[in-house]
Amino acid sequence: MHDALTRAGRALRLALLIVLALLFLIPFYLLVRNGLATERDITAPGWTLFPHTLQWSNLTEVFRDPNLPLGRTLLNSTLIAVSTTLGTVLLASLAGYGLARIPYRRANVVFYAILGTLMVPAAVTFVPSFVLVSSLGWISTLRGLVIPTLFSAFACFVFRQYFLGFPKELEDAARVDGLGYWRTYWRIVVPNARPVFAAVGTIVFIGAWNAFLWPLVIGQDQESWTVQVALSTFTTAQNLNLHELFVAAGVSIVPLVVVFLLLQRYIVAGVERSGIDD
Amino acid sequence: MAAPGAGPRSLGARLLGPQRRNLWFWLFVGPFAIGLGLFTYVPLAWSVYLSFFDAHNTVSPAGSDFVGLGNYGAMLGDAAFLGSLGTFVLFTAFIVPATYVLSLALALMVNRLRFARAFFRSVFFLPTACSYVVAAVIWKLSIFNGVRFGLANTVLGWFGADQTAWLSTTDPPWYWLVIVTVRLWLQAGFYMILFLAGLQRISPQLYEAAAVDGARPGWQVLRHITLPQLRATSVAVVLLLVINAFQAFDEFYNLLSDARGYPPYARPPLVYLYYTALGRDQNLGLGSAGAVILALIIAVATVVQARWFGLGRKEE
Repeated sequence: MHDALTRAGRALRLALLIVLALLFLIPFYLLVRNGLATERDITAPGWTLFPHTLQWSNLTEVFRDPNLPLGRTLLNSTLIAVSTTLGTVLLASLAGYGLARIPYRRANVVFYAILGTLMVPAAVTFVPSFVLVSSLGWISTLRGLVIPTLFSAFACFVFRQYFLGFPKELEDAARVDGLGYWRTYWRIVVPNARPVFAAVGTIVFIGAWNAFLWPLVIGQDQESWTVQVALSTFTTAQNLNLHELFVAAGVSIVPLVVVFLLLQRYIVAGVERSGIDD
Repeated sequence: MAAPGAGPRSLGARLLGPQRRNLWFWLFVGPFAIGLGLFTYVPLAWSVYLSFFDAHNTVSPAGSDFVGLGNYGAMLGDAAFLGSLGTFVLFTAFIVPATYVLSLALALMVNRLRFARAFFRSVFFLPTACSYVVAAVIWKLSIFNGVRFGLANTVLGWFGADQTAWLSTTDPPWYWLVIVTVRLWLQAGFYMILFLAGLQRISPQLYEAAAVDGARPGWQVLRHITLPQLRATSVAVVLLLVINAFQAFDEFYNLLSDARGYPPYARPPLVYLYYTALGRDQNLGLGSAGAVILALIIAVATVVQARWFGLGRKEE
C-alpha cells in the first residue's frame, strides 16, 4: 500500500518535471523554428508545429543584409565580453587575494567599502555613471563600454571567500622557498584555483554578453552597437523581416550556449561554493 | 622580502608596514578599489550634487541654475514617477513569490530524481544563457503577439477563445502575464541552483530522525525539516530577487516600447529614469534627483529587510 503510493508519487513528480521541461524548451524551439522558416510560414494564419519549408539559406542571408550589421555587432559584443571578463577576473582576483591573505590593519574597512557597493543597485548608478562617462568623453567608445563595468564587487567577494578557504600550507611552503606575495600568487595560487576562475569568468562573460542597459546608453552610434542593442532596435524597425530577426537572435545565443555547455559543471560548482547563500 | 636598511620608525617604513605588507596589500587591492571608487562612489556623489541644479543637456552644474530641492519636489509631486514606483511594487509583489516558489519546487523535484538529474538541471538552467532582448523577441513576436500567428492565441483558439492583443490590453492587464513569464523563464533556473546547493548541505540524518519520529514524508518533512534548514538560502534568494526586480528594465523596454515610443502604463522606476534623463529632454538634474530618491528608498528597504530576516545575526 505504502509502496504503491510512493511509486505513484514518484511517477507524478516525473510527469510534472517532463511537462515543465517541455515548457522551458518551447521558447528555444520557437527560435529555431522561426529562424529556419520562410516569412510566409511565420506569419501565416493558423500556427503549425513545423514550418512547411525549411529555409536553410536564412542562415547566410542574415549576414549579407546591409540593413542588419550583424557581423559588426557580434564583433563588438565579443570584444566587449572578452575584455570585460579578462579585466574583471584579473582585478577582482588580485583584490580578493589581497583581502584574504595579506595582513593589513584596515583590510576590513576596505572590504566593507567594497561590499557596500553590492547594496547599490545599478538602477541607482546608471544616471550618475552616464554623467561621468560622458564628461570623460567616452560615449560610443570601447573604453566607455568596458572600463566602468570592470569593478565587480560580487566577483571580488567570491574570490575573497574562495581564497579564505584555500589551504594555507601550499602558500607557506612557497614562502619558505623565498617566494614573495606576487610570485606566490602567480605560481601557486592561480594554478590551484582554476575552478573558481572558470566559474566567475563564465558568469561575468554571460552577464557582459547579455548586458543591455549600459550598451544602450553608452553605444550611441551604430558603429558601437552590441548585438543586444542591435536586436532590440530591429524589433521596433518598420521594415522588419521576422525570419531574419529570429536567425539573428538565435545566432546571438550560440556563443553562450557553447560556453555554457562546456563549463556548466564549473558554473554550478562556482555558484554553490560562492558563499552567497551562507 | 623584508625591508632592509630603513630606520624602524621612519615614515616610509611605517607606510610600508612590516615586510612591506601594506605596500603589497595596496598593490593587490588598490587598482580594484580605486576603480570601484571612481565608477561607483564618485558618480553617486556627483549625482547628489547635480540633483540640486536645473541641468538640461549637460552633465556639469556650471552654467545651470541652482534650484535647491526643487527637483526633489518636482519628482515627488510627479504622478508618473510615483506611478513608476507603484509599478515596481506590483511587479515585485508578483515576481518575488512566483520565482521563489517555482525555483524551490524545481530544486526539490530535481534533487529527488534518481536518474537524468543533470539533464533536467541543464534544461531549467539553460534560459540563463539567454538575454532579455532575445527572450523579448520570442515572447513579443512569436508567443504573445496579438495577431493570429501567435502561439498563445493559436492554442487558445483550439479551445474556442477569442484572440487577445496581449501587450496592449490594459483592462484586464494581460501584458503583466507576458512580463512575468519572461522573467520567470529567464531566472528560475539560476535560483534553482542556489536551492539545490542548499539542499545538498542538509544532513541526511535529520531526515532519518524525522522518519523515526513518525513524520510523514512530504508536507510535514518539508515544513519542519527542509524549509527551516534552507533559511539562509531563502534569505539570500529573496534579497537577490528584490534587488533584481528593482533593476527591471530590459523586458519592459523591449516588450512594451515600439516605433511610436513607450506606452504610459507599466513603467518601472528604471525605465522612467531612462526616459527622463536620456530621453528627448535630457533632464539630467531631474533624473539625478530621481536616482537619489530611489537610492534612499532602496537603502531603507534593504535595512528593514535585513532587520526583518535577522541578516548578519549569529546562527543559533
